Amino acid sequence: MAEAHPVGFQWVMEAKKRGAKVFHVDPRFTRTSALADTYLPIRAGTDIALLGGVVRYILENELDFREYVLAYTNAATVVSEDFVDSEDLDGLFSGFNRETRAYDQTSWQYAGQERDGGIEDTGRERDSAAGLRHESHGMPVAAVAERDETLRHPRCVYQILKRHFARYTPEMVERVCGIPQEKFLELARAWTENSGRERTGALVYSVGWTQHSVGVQYIRTGAIIQLLLGNMGRPGGGILALRGHASIQGSTDIPTLFNLLPGYLPMPHHASHPTFQQWVDSIRHPGQKGYWANARAYAASLLKAYWGDAATPENDFCYGYLPRMTGDHGTYQQVLNMIDGKVKGYFLLGQNPAVGSAHGKAQRLGMANLDWMVVRDLFMIDSATFWRNSPEVETGEIVPEECRTEVFFLPAASHVEKEGTFTQTQRLLQWREKAVEPPGDARSELWFFYHLGRRLREKLAGSDKPRDRALLDLAWDYPTHGPYAEPSADAVLREINGYEVATGRPLSTFTEARDDGSTAVGCWIYTGVYKDGVNQAARRKPRHEQDWVAAEWGWAWPANRRTLYNRASADPEGRPWSERKKYVWWDADKGEWTGYDVPDFEKSKPPSYRPPPGAAGVEAIAGDDAFIMQGDGKGWLYAPTGVLDGPLPTHYEPPESPMRNPMYGQQGNPMRKIYHHPVNRINPSPPEPHSQVYPYVFTVSRLTEHHTAGGMSRFVRPLAELQPEMFVEVSPELAAEVGLAHLGWAHLVSGRAVIEAKVLVTDRLTPLRVEGRVIHQVWLPYHFGPQGMVTGDSVNDLIGITLDPNVLIQESKVGTCDIRPGRRPTGPALLDLVAEYQRRAGLTVERDVPIVTTDAGTDGERE
Amino acid sequence: MTMLEGNSLYGPLDPAPDAGWTGAPPRMGFFTDTSVCIGCKACEVACKEWNDVPASGFDLLGMSYDNTGALTANSWRHVAFIEQPRPAGRRTPPFAGNPTEAAVSAASAAVAAGTRNDTGTDPGVPPGSSEVAARMAAGGEAGGTQFLGMPGARPPGRTGSAEGRTDFRWLMMSDVCKHCTHAGCLDVCPTGALFRTEFGTVVVQEDICNGCGYCVSACPYGVIDRRKEDGRAWKCTLCYDRIGAGKTPACAQACPTESIQYGPLDELRERAAARVATLHERGVPEARLYGHDPTDGVGGDGAFFLLLDEPEVYGLPPDPVVPTRDLPRMWKRAGLAALAMAAAAVAAFVGRSS
Repeated sequence: MAEAHPVGFQWVMEAKKRGAKVFHVDPRFTRTSALADTYLPIRAGTDIALLGGVVRYILENELDFREYVLAYTNAATVVSEDFVDSEDLDGLFSGFNRETRAYDQTSWQYAGQERDGGIEDTGRERDSAAGLRHESHGMPVAAVAERDETLRHPRCVYQILKRHFARYTPEMVERVCGIPQEKFLELARAWTENSGRERTGALVYSVGWTQHSVGVQYIRTGAIIQLLLGNMGRPGGGILALRGHASIQGSTDIPTLFNLLPGYLPMPHHASHPTFQQWVDSIRHPGQKGYWANARAYAASLLKAYWGDAATPENDFCYGYLPRMTGDHGTYQQVLNMIDGKVKGYFLLGQNPAVGSAHGKAQRLGMANLDWMVVRDLFMIDSATFWRNSPEVETGEIVPEECRTEVFFLPAASHVEKEGTFTQTQRLLQWREKAVEPPGDARSELWFFYHLGRRLREKLAGSDKPRDRALLDLAWDYPTHGPYAEPSADAVLREINGYEVATGRPLSTFTEARDDGSTAVGCWIYTGVYKDGVNQAARRKPRHEQDWVAAEWGWAWPANRRTLYNRASADPEGRPWSERKKYVWWDADKGEWTGYDVPDFEKSKPPSYRPPPGAAGVEAIAGDDAFIMQGDGKGWLYAPTGVLDGPLPTHYEPPESPMRNPMYGQQGNPMRKIYHHPVNRINPSPPEPHSQVYPYVFTVSRLTEHHTAGGMSRFVRPLAELQPEMFVEVSPELAAEVGLAHLGWAHLVSGRAVIEAKVLVTDRLTPLRVEGRVIHQVWLPYHFGPQGMVTGDSVNDLIGITLDPNVLIQESKVGTCDIRPGRRPTGPALLDLVAEYQRRAGLTVERDVPIVTTDAGTDGERE
Repeated sequence: MTMLEGNSLYGPLDPAPDAGWTGAPPRMGFFTDTSVCIGCKACEVACKEWNDVPASGFDLLGMSYDNTGALTANSWRHVAFIEQPRPAGRRTPPFAGNPTEAAVSAASAAVAAGTRNDTGTDPGVPPGSSEVAARMAAGGEAGGTQFLGMPGARPPGRTGSAEGRTDFRWLMMSDVCKHCTHAGCLDVCPTGALFRTEFGTVVVQEDICNGCGYCVSACPYGVIDRRKEDGRAWKCTLCYDRIGAGKTPACAQACPTESIQYGPLDELRERAAARVATLHERGVPEARLYGHDPTDGVGGDGAFFLLLDEPEVYGLPPDPVVPTRDLPRMWKRAGLAALAMAAAAVAAFVGRSS
């Protein structure tokens, strides 16, 4: 965190000053480790084993916050008798189809709901990264389920959890992660001792944690711990996801993703959502609890914002104009399609895939096979010049004179040269003023898209073709100002907030959204940001002039609520769990919820409220259902649906691992997304032979001094000079084994590429003892490429393409490689070296990566 | 502050009134608390941007994460990184239980000491001594791992030690011009380019500096340095322009963890003493202040530090003395000698004539 989020880390230091204990888990000793109380080196890719160990420690010692767990989680809920756990199926759950490598989730459901919920074919969901939809809310389940408040029922979630994690002992943590038992126990003790009525603990991760073939399940394991310890919805608790750069949260809320529309409304699928009504029903799930029951209003208001006067109830608000998904349109599928000649054009906006995305070579070969490409960036980044100075030019794989892609570079305005909002990790919108005019031809994104749309519409103006109606009917009428006709960012924010169509009055809350066309809302979860016609995101009251929640700094969605599910900060009767951790509570005299934050609950619904039989939607939320966006109002220790690769996290080895899974016959995530393509050779892992050809583990991340793929730092003098060269960090022990010298050169080889780097031999890296073996790990920064003031080989070239099945994020934090002293070869000899390694490792074009490595689970039988 | 003893060239005093300022504001300075420094180098970047300081080279120095090397005319803040196989406070040893061999920090530091970086300044980053670098990395206090001589040709990690490394700490410290009470640079400046501001800080006026370089050898900390392109001396101004406008210097403003604190020196000294006491209570006995003492060889620094090891470990002189300290005594002696000479000469003439 100190490395990648130094500004945010000030609050960790502040907490430390007040007595907080800081633990840091990382494969390498970083600037964060330097300031932590305890540092735990870990084998990259084994976090579920570590956190699973903590879950077991909590359950075996009965250290869970029992009142919280009983009231607010699904611990007591009874699961179908058809469910078979991965402990009994050698690493697979019941319902696994070996042909499609996907689950039928019917058997994972709550008892008695087998027919109602669950996804029968998780394969299609995998293609559309459907898990992303659940960022703001839970998955569909029926409101009422069988419960056993004594937690003794053998099929209640609590007991299932206990059995599932029983083997995640301190010994097992040591065997899998390489973390000595004493260190593990120190972590487990501190975490549990600092949770409960009087204390809370926070789990903080950066986005690298998600970049695994089991990334979503990492966070699930963290969530299980935080729910068991009562750390959700309470001050000082939670799971804090530190985003990779400014407004990443914003770019999922108002998404730059193929499968989502603003406010986590799913992009329609051509087969599943042919009509508006079917689409809306797939979101609101008639009969379930919570605020998604109003999905029709959010959906209609969004379409009304898109198509204005053309959108009417009679034509389903132009639902027919919305594009439809037909399968996997994710970025990696697109890149492989480019290589195969199926894509003609490509927009790159503030993105540098030649350096920043997994498998740099695939990225560049794809970009070299287009008709046209538009790059909008602050500097002439590597992705704009791949055709003349990439590694493939050096090897002759891309010939500048013959490269068919026409590249247009358009200079972009930086964040100080345009106005608008950032939405940061804590869902906080902050308005930025423009400080200076952008230089030369540099323009804002808003300017670019507004005028691109305007010109396209002008060109199509006379068209009578039905296919052009969607563009021509758009409400594309933003006011502009200045010599370059800059669109008004303020007007865009007003539209995002939403307004009454007839009067233009800004809405105050999303409950005012209507499904009859009388309201237009650009992003329903942002409604309130322009409450009372005031830009709430522009508020900047200093923290010294308000209380510690600082509700008057910026604006947080939803409804300026700073901590989600904060109903859980009070006990079931609505009283604070303790004076020390008081946050939101029920004021019986006034008959309303009150506190420091905006209560995440219906203001006047008393804790004693119980829904009438047959209730649905908001009415069905009981007075002690703290997790109001979940289908059953509970925090999910066990996920009966939604998570595609298992209702509980299970330790799988990374797609490239030097060792056999010590826990299950199933080696890796059986549902991980793979792409068979000649360019994408994945290194062998046990039980396949030849894994010793790539014997070392590498992991990559950031340096404080640089920014992501270097587009904003390699070109900026005061930053570039602080970390001027590509390097690899190795432990003294590995340096001795391989013969590497401090400040000498080394090169690293994977199944995809070979790169070189200067060597830093440092005590900050350590070998690990795992299953009686010594595992060496090396670390590299991913900031370098051929462009800029400081250049170097790009480490993402080493990485292959394997994705998490839930959200289609790439495994880019663990891979295997060989490391050798000296510089890499150049020209054709470089390709020969990679090919020689591929030959030795058996990475032929025809090879099928073995995914299912256990015979268990065939026909759903128990072992 | 009252004058306890000494004179304008030595001993405790309040430098601004001493330099002739009347009605001067309180003396302002920096307190840099290295125990909360996270090594982000925001101070280096903010300083360069605000003061438009040129680039200082694009070489990987291998001194841990320090690629700046030293304070120079082109680097007015410098974050030092020291990797040490030593315990840090009460912390759990980071590598306890891992299959490690002997530590390599000293050997890597020794190799890095041989690297240089053309900073575009003179003398710039002086070539380091391998042995000194190795001693720094091994830790300055008794009980730390001792570095025994130069690193050998054998690969690190094969030192034959049966004992694996378990303890480790990573020290980070943002260094800066000390704005001494008795500033050698200012005392020797023949042109008046260096002057004492009303805030008690020491600033070079670039339009007056003639590049003679006397100040370079007069600085006991090796801070002030000349740019090759124009020959003039440059260093931290404690953002004279910003503090004159009531603002915080750029580095302190950018520091995310309040490792760099700016304020009236008296207040900072109180805060620093309290912080040391807190750290001692919390089991960090190695915390100590550096440059805070008005009775030291430079009359105390306007920019002082909380360190976690001996000053030498951070590349700081353990007992800095302003080179002009002995000037009055020297003048006295020189005067006496001159008088004696004169007397002897007179005596000789008198003697001859008599």
